[in-house]
Amino acid sequence: MSGGRGADGAGEALRIEDLRKSFGDLEVLGGVSLSVRRGEVVVVIGASGSGKSTMLRCVNFMEIPTSGKIFLGGALVGRERGGGIEYREKELTRLRARVGMVFQHFNLFPHMTVLQNVMEGPKTVLGCDGEECRRRGNLYLDRVGLAWKAESYPSQLSGGQQQRVAIARALAMEPEIMLFDEATSALDPELVGEVLETMKALAEDGMTMIIVTHELGFAYTVADRVLFLSGGRVLEEGTPSEVLTFPREEGTRNFLRGHGTFRLPEPRLD
Amino acid sequence: MGHNWDFSSVFASRALLLQGLENTLILGATCLALGLFFGLFVGAARFSGRAWLYFPATVFVEVFRNTPVLVQIMWFFFAFPIIVPFQVDAFTAAAIGLTLNTVAFSSEIYRAGLQSLARGQWEAGRALGMSYWQQMFRVILPQAARRMLPAFMNRAVELFKMTSLASVVAYGELMHQAKVVSTISFNPIEMYTSVALIFFAVLFPMTVFARRFETRGDPRGRS
Ligand SMILES: Nc1ncnc2c1ncn2[C@@H]1O[C@H](COP(=O)(O)OP(=O)(O)OP(=O)(O)O)[C@@H](O)[C@H]1O
Ligand SMILES: [Mg+2]
Repeated sequence: MSGGRGADGAGEALRIEDLRKSFGDLEVLGGVSLSVRRGEVVVVIGASGSGKSTMLRCVNFMEIPTSGKIFLGGALVGRERGGGIEYREKELTRLRARVGMVFQHFNLFPHMTVLQNVMEGPKTVLGCDGEECRRRGNLYLDRVGLAWKAESYPSQLSGGQQQRVAIARALAMEPEIMLFDEATSALDPELVGEVLETMKALAEDGMTMIIVTHELGFAYTVADRVLFLSGGRVLEEGTPSEVLTFPREEGTRNFLRGHGTFRLPEPRLD
Repeated sequence: MGHNWDFSSVFASRALLLQGLENTLILGATCLALGLFFGLFVGAARFSGRAWLYFPATVFVEVFRNTPVLVQIMWFFFAFPIIVPFQVDAFTAAAIGLTLNTVAFSSEIYRAGLQSLARGQWEAGRALGMSYWQQMFRVILPQAARRMLPAFMNRAVELFKMTSLASVVAYGELMHQAKVVSTISFNPIEMYTSVALIFFAVLFPMTVFARRFETRGDPRGRS
């Protein structure tokens, strides 16, 4: 355990117990367990196909786990029935509003302005009134440094700016935890830095985050804990220096060798 | 043997024809509104991967796409009343036939429109906590609408032409009025010529309008 913020058990934001997920015959997650404290930043690394995305997508129930339990804010999601867990779509829809997700390909709504994108969740899902939505929209756009682009359309922004808007859109829901699935993988190298800076600022503000990334330098500086996923299981887990610089497992070493030396995040320019 | 064109008898019965045109527009507009509304649900059912939605919707669409509209209207007028406990008048029979036909065809337009959007758009809405229909109405349809509009316009033109088939069950739309009047005043040549001209006058602007949407790009660009 690293010496992060708020290490008491009551401050548990998320707990995953023996999470398994199969697609047909293919077992993608073979029993993952994880507990994330409030304000903790967990970085998940692993080779392509190791189940990183699937794990994140199970946390906000974009995929329904085959088995295992997920607790959000201390409460079990779903209800236990006959040895398994039963999920109702209504409950899952409400739960997704409490978990923010940022995608590799941004997935901004192209028919809305930047501000409308950020306001959309609060407006449609939380049903806040116009003024409050607008206030929230501007607040979170400001958080990612893009208040000045409020009236632009996503297609008029750079990739890095689009991803920052996507982060603001998720933040505007004021989620309990944020999930990032390779948020910088689709970006040109010179645009990666600004997005990582935004994420780092969030982490410093105490946001609880699970981050899937290949940016090991970023993982090293921002993570409280690093998880190495291999074949749908947690092969190794520990502080960044434990996992990234002194890995115990051969699998982790092989993976890191393939990545060469890590690059530290570049400063944001604007 | 030349025909002596004389439209004065047509003009004399203009009140009846106008009544017919009004009924045509009422029937067409009703079927268009209902057809586009229910078409969305059938299209969404066909779009969804779930067998219990996909299969019945597909059967429905194929039945209505592969039988003549004329037969559908006749069927709803003559056969349908036998299996339902209420009277079916000419308007209702024609409206049901044409509506279901429009549902079948527009559902395919919806389906293609839904398929044209990347899955990530649905996922982004879903991840925010939107319900399926919130994703549909806030995220998907506004984007798909622009692409679907020309096809819907063409469908509307087809539908208004098909309303003339309601004359077979003696619904008083334009075609039926013309038939009635022409048997009394013995002027079928001028009468049907006039009907054709009236349809053209109503529908041609619509097709021109539809074409403008086809050629015009998205002013905002697209990411
Ligand atoms: N919806 C699905 N249906 C079937 N198989 C899937 C589905 N989603 C993921 N998989 C499979 O599950 C495995 C793990 O996928 P996942 O996307 O979780 O890996 P990942 O670690 O995120 O990889 P990457 O680094 O390439 O993003 C892969 O073999 C993938 O093909
Ligand atoms: Mg992935």
